[in-house]
Amino acid sequence: MTATISAPATVEPRTPWATPRSKNMQTLGVLIVAAAVAGVITFFTGVAGLDGWAVTFFLLSMIVAVARNLRVGSKERTDALMRVVVTAAAITAFAPWLSIFGAVLFKGYAGIRPNFFTQDMRTTVPDDFLEFGGALHAIVGSLLMVLIATAITLPLGILSGVYLTEVRGPLTFLVRFVVQSMSGVPSIVAGLFVYTTYVYSTESFSALAGALSLSVLMLPTVARTAEEVLKLVPEDLRSAGYALGARQWRTAFMVVIPTVRSGLTTAAILGIARVIGETAPLLLTSLSNTTVRFNPVDGPMASLPTYIFGYLQIGTEYAIARAWSASLVLLVIVLGLFTLARRFGGKDKR
Amino acid sequence: MTTATTPTPREMTVIYNREDKIFRGIVTGGALTSLVVLGLIGLFLFLRGAQIFNDNGIKFITGANWTVGSEDGIIPDDFSIGAMLMGTIVVSLVAIVVAFPLAIGGALYLEFYAPRAIRKALVTLLDLAASIPSLIFGLWGIEIFTRFGERWAVFLNNWLGWIPIFGVQFENFGRSPFIAGCVLASLVVPITTSVAREVYSRTPRDLVDTCYALGGSKWGAIRAVVIPYGRSGVIGGAMLGLGRALGETVAVYLLLNLVFRYNFRILESEGGNVASLIATKFGDATPYELKALVAAGFVLFLLTLAVNMTATTIVQRSTPRA
Amino acid sequence: MTTSATSTSSAQSTTESASFVGLETRGAHAWFGKHHALSDVSLKFPNRTVTGLIGPSGCGKSTFIRLLNRMHEFIPGAAMAGEVLHNGSDIYAPSVDAAVVRLKIGMVFQKPNPFPAMSIRENVLAGIKLAHLKKPNHDEIVEACLMRAGLWKEVKDRLDASGGSLSGGQQQRLCIARSLAVEPEVLLMDEPCSALDPGSTLRIEETIKELAAKITVIIVTHNMQQASRVSDFCAFFLTDGGPGYLVEADATRKIFTNPADSRTADYVQGKFG
Repeated sequence: MTATISAPATVEPRTPWATPRSKNMQTLGVLIVAAAVAGVITFFTGVAGLDGWAVTFFLLSMIVAVARNLRVGSKERTDALMRVVVTAAAITAFAPWLSIFGAVLFKGYAGIRPNFFTQDMRTTVPDDFLEFGGALHAIVGSLLMVLIATAITLPLGILSGVYLTEVRGPLTFLVRFVVQSMSGVPSIVAGLFVYTTYVYSTESFSALAGALSLSVLMLPTVARTAEEVLKLVPEDLRSAGYALGARQWRTAFMVVIPTVRSGLTTAAILGIARVIGETAPLLLTSLSNTTVRFNPVDGPMASLPTYIFGYLQIGTEYAIARAWSASLVLLVIVLGLFTLARRFGGKDKR
Repeated sequence: MTTATTPTPREMTVIYNREDKIFRGIVTGGALTSLVVLGLIGLFLFLRGAQIFNDNGIKFITGANWTVGSEDGIIPDDFSIGAMLMGTIVVSLVAIVVAFPLAIGGALYLEFYAPRAIRKALVTLLDLAASIPSLIFGLWGIEIFTRFGERWAVFLNNWLGWIPIFGVQFENFGRSPFIAGCVLASLVVPITTSVAREVYSRTPRDLVDTCYALGGSKWGAIRAVVIPYGRSGVIGGAMLGLGRALGETVAVYLLLNLVFRYNFRILESEGGNVASLIATKFGDATPYELKALVAAGFVLFLLTLAVNMTATTIVQRSTPRA
Repeated sequence: MTTSATSTSSAQSTTESASFVGLETRGAHAWFGKHHALSDVSLKFPNRTVTGLIGPSGCGKSTFIRLLNRMHEFIPGAAMAGEVLHNGSDIYAPSVDAAVVRLKIGMVFQKPNPFPAMSIRENVLAGIKLAHLKKPNHDEIVEACLMRAGLWKEVKDRLDASGGSLSGGQQQRLCIARSLAVEPEVLLMDEPCSALDPGSTLRIEETIKELAAKITVIIVTHNMQQASRVSDFCAFFLTDGGPGYLVEADATRKIFTNPADSRTADYVQGKFG
């Protein structure tokens, strides 16, 4: 009764289940030896390249994993073997992405000159030195099209989200299902759709046509993210609005939507990130050009994706260098948007 | 009977005033845009391509020819997408067969094996990978991956060449469905991995704990509980990936030689898919050929829609049971 | 310190029938990251008895029970101190394989959780498969375990039905059978009846009493009546906002009629918690 909390101050937390350092060092040592042996095997048997080495290394690791548990038991052997198999699969799955980031960074950076951001290609042929010409027109074109697409998509996406979370009408299931299915529409089909409708009737390729086709692809992303975000609004908040005698629309616009403003920004950003790299629909709607333009209905307009695609097709050394550099710009934009979305996304949740 | 004593519940009527009715109307209209757009896509592609379906009938999706007729009419127009449909399916299958085990491995690794210190970084990398434009995958494919892919193709042909799909007629291993499929696989893996990870993370902690409490190992728990529990969700995720692969345009365009012949040899340097057919022929198509391309787009639209709807249904159904 | 030490020794002294103590904790602590969840618990669990762990929510009972078969360590950031002795040796010693410990000290969870993709029969045998035990006579094991869990009569004709097709109470008894199949010496139960109706609860309590003829049972419960019905000994845990600690442990009758600590008396009479 007297001494209740009797913990002596000297008791130290410990984690006896943690793998001891010595065992970890042993594992590390074994892996290094396996890597070296794989290197030797690769070198002498003509199993060429990094990929050959990796495969040899994985196989050796599996053998080692089994061998180290040979005396322990079949359960431990399987466990150790599968640990290697799963890890190897994960490394193989992740490796291409790292390779892509690395390649775009190095090859793209190599071709970047200041003029890449300040000039277009009106007086430059693809094979000119990289000190001449740039991608300004493509950057402007991409931003313009994405801006228009956002202006079209964001209101519709928010309405869709509001329908699913506030109005909760009889078509909830259908709307959700259609939005989900729409996100699987191939991008070329979206381009073809705008071609058969808008381009057909105006008889002209344009940035607006490109933006329309991007909207088709962007809408599902924005609608779905908007729904997720609105779902996070606590029911209490709505009830509080209703309990004050507020009409539904006032509650929605004055209570619910303002609380998730930054979440809806995230929805827009994710939508932009989804479509800014789309190439196929633009090949059928906005095509490409070589000069900076701002008028969205005045003929073809270049964008980063069609720029990359076009110069890749030309295929000469400097043209390909330009394509890599534009890819770097595109990737930086996409990753920047992504980081931005994360920053905004974290805000509402607390 | 007790009906006399049990009161029937009263109807509770909700009255919306005019403002609310307008609000609900606008919101409903906005929400239905996706439905309308989806309907319009189908409608317009069908209408503009109708003449082709009418002229060619079933031959449009079974034939392997894509011939632009001569102006004097001696050589007639002959458009059909059978070879391209087969190419679409071959490339997508290669992609999904390569991607599926990698995605499962990646998801299991992230959920159960990755050290806590690097796990967050890897999840970020996964999310980033899902947002890399397919054009950049294609660029990476021709400039970087092809070298590796050709080597694997030669290896496969040496050892498994006796199996027809790994056989070749010409010893030229570049620009094959296999290489295009591998690049598509790296494009599909992020989607499938994300879905699989999501599904696996919903495995009830209790069930996993039970496996441990019964003396099971980590792999034991994964095999007994995690994989069966997530099976349908993971299949749905793989189908979402398949849908993406079926409709991919530029990556396939850049990596595959468009050849109008039925080809099931994945290492042979010929193939194509419907989407890249449209991108390739669009630029200088005759008016009649354009209609054929729109008709091809309609077929692709139906195909991907079917796959995606199935996938969506499966994924939604596999959300946690009570 | 003194309180718990004396009370455990008194608990032990009151057990003439169970002379051997199979499971024992000495100065056990538990942490979740920086959060000190459980402080200095020394308890002995005599063989073939039922011990009830009682106390208000958040007092560390569940943490303590998970410490007993090394399930605690699955929570990220977990740490512990002190010793848990099973048959005289520390289960947290560096050379000990946790999976072997869990084979000897089984666990039944709060919510009935038969493996959804397996039949009743497969559920009972799941542990044998998971632990790669080589045991012949699977049919006999299935029958014996279901019998001991009091479920055999109800399911003997549909062993290939899914475990999920049973009622909640039956599912929980299936989970008990599943734990018994690997022949544990101790069975830990973390509020096994909290998700069940009163009828099913009584069936499980009968099962628990029968199990104690062969194995040691340690059960966490919020239900005072249940503790008084099934347990031979009771340990009362409490928290004052800090880490949970053991107030006293003694024979169940003593805890419910004449506890040493006034807070125990207040709790068992329902004055708080």
